[in-house]
Amino acid sequence: MSALRNIFKNTPWFVPAAFTALIIVYPFLVSNYFIDIAFFFGIYALLGLSLNIVLGEVGLFDLGHAGFYAIGAYVTAILNTRYQIPILALLPISAFAAALFAYIVCSPIIHLKGDYLCIVTIGMGEIVRLALINNPFDLTGGPNGVFGVDFPKLSPGMVIDSPIKYYFLIWAVVGLSVLGLVSLQHSRIGRAWNCIREDAIAAGTTGINVRHYKLLAFVIGAGLAGVAGNIYASKLMCVSPESFTFWESCLMFCIVLIGGMGSIPGVIIGAGFISLFPEIFRPFAMYRMLVFGSVMIVMMMFRPGGFWPRKRGGVSFRPLMEDSVDGAV
Amino acid sequence: MQLLLEQLINGLTIGSFYALIALGYSMVYGVLKLINFAHGDFFTMGSYIGYTVLVFGAAALTVQFGPWIGMLSAICVAALSLTIVGLLVERVAYRPVYPAGRLPAVVSALGASIFLQNTIMLIWGPRYQAYPAELIPVVRFQFGQINITLLQIIILALSFFLMSALYYIIQRTTFGAAVRATAHDRNTASLMGINFNRVILFIFTLGPALGATAGVMVGMYYRQISFTMGWNFGLKAFTATILGGIGNLPGAMFGGLILGVLEMLGAAYISAAWKDVFVFLILILVLIFRPTGLFGEKIAEKV
Repeated sequence: MSALRNIFKNTPWFVPAAFTALIIVYPFLVSNYFIDIAFFFGIYALLGLSLNIVLGEVGLFDLGHAGFYAIGAYVTAILNTRYQIPILALLPISAFAAALFAYIVCSPIIHLKGDYLCIVTIGMGEIVRLALINNPFDLTGGPNGVFGVDFPKLSPGMVIDSPIKYYFLIWAVVGLSVLGLVSLQHSRIGRAWNCIREDAIAAGTTGINVRHYKLLAFVIGAGLAGVAGNIYASKLMCVSPESFTFWESCLMFCIVLIGGMGSIPGVIIGAGFISLFPEIFRPFAMYRMLVFGSVMIVMMMFRPGGFWPRKRGGVSFRPLMEDSVDGAV
Repeated sequence: MQLLLEQLINGLTIGSFYALIALGYSMVYGVLKLINFAHGDFFTMGSYIGYTVLVFGAAALTVQFGPWIGMLSAICVAALSLTIVGLLVERVAYRPVYPAGRLPAVVSALGASIFLQNTIMLIWGPRYQAYPAELIPVVRFQFGQINITLLQIIILALSFFLMSALYYIIQRTTFGAAVRATAHDRNTASLMGINFNRVILFIFTLGPALGATAGVMVGMYYRQISFTMGWNFGLKAFTATILGGIGNLPGAMFGGLILGVLEMLGAAYISAAWKDVFVFLILILVLIFRPTGLFGEKIAEKV
């Protein structure tokens, strides 16, 4: 419950309440088409939240996040189509696979700074995508991808097979992630992350194991992206390399920056912007991406900190003593 | 041996494209610490403008003065147009965002990239466009067992000329010193009487112009262009920039050439399908052991 209390701490209480109510009521009011749009809003929200851990909380430039997303989706698709392992059982497995991949790949490169880390993550994402296209060991199906991924089954009678059920699945996962991430933000780990973001050297001198915490951020972020990949694979019933391009990583980057770095409600708004905007501007047809690009520029002129910047919570500015007494903050 | 030498020359040709594009990234990064994502689209737009000139304008020129003048005019028009586009993008998309810091500028750059890419698509259409083959003569030379086309020689010569010219400007002239000083420390440079806006003007005219030149040459070399190719070439060129050490111009040139050669050697001796994987692996390995690139200076950590 302390996580819930924390949500209310920095935002007016009615915002999460109204948002939750809207999410629950929304699918009963609209057609399947709009439910699917909201489903992808949820996927992007989850991806944004996962990148936010790396980029927003720790300030590490990661432009290859689609690679982790791809690992999650492909692990689900391959294990499900080959060994008929149920999708929901694969959810933790794909999260673990993506996290393990992040750990192995990021261990040697975690000492790189700023833009050098950025290009290495780009390279990592591209290597994943190119490897998927080249079909190693006949596993990934090459450019066509893997087909015939199953529906998730909660119980024998309860199969998630319609847009509305998928919608509730993704938003339930987003909701749980938000709760988890909020408590993470206010934990010892979250404060260590923010400290590294503000000044890594100072963080190191205060005894924070910078390398360890940076890796932890990558591992948790990748795991969450793996979860998104799992749900995405079962929703589309197929996965292919073209869903995990550099462009996808850029979109996630924009979600975090448009929303506000390190701000959870901001990231959800950013995801909404990225996923809903092209739909809302469908009447503009060919010009909508033109408008999209211009809006991104204009937005950064007027709200450079993002749509909903993270407020410095009580933690940052209160004296240390008071903070350590109220451990749950 | 023959394969090796031919692949080396092919690699240098492609590498010179990467190097020319990488210079634009590197200059902007050096002065503004901004990854200019729109730069790949400057390159694409240059390629398309060169295409238009070749198709509609250069036919007459070619008939009168020969094919090389036609090609040269295509390159010049593309480069000149792109200086204007570059300045416009800088004025509209980047200048208002500078004060807010680095990251908003990245989003703005991505927005500019989307905008430019879709502008190109709307003007020239979403399909591949083929460079007019009859306007670009194919002449082959045989040195021993090695085949080189005249086009390759021209591309290499022109790139070499442009890179040396830029190197001269940056390293040997007073204005070049001003650019380097601004890259080193913007505030102190301003105090020394260096006009920051003129430096920005310089990098945003020259960078896109070099990119556009590379664009036209890529069109002539591969014979077909698409509106999305800026992403791929931009990514490779950016990789080259980092490989050489970002903000370091000779580094960007060598980074581009090395990347092109590696790519072609990887394609010949390892596997064509895995060549990009090979390139990125080399990049990651280089950065693990030299965290600031091949030619980057080791920066002392400020506390």
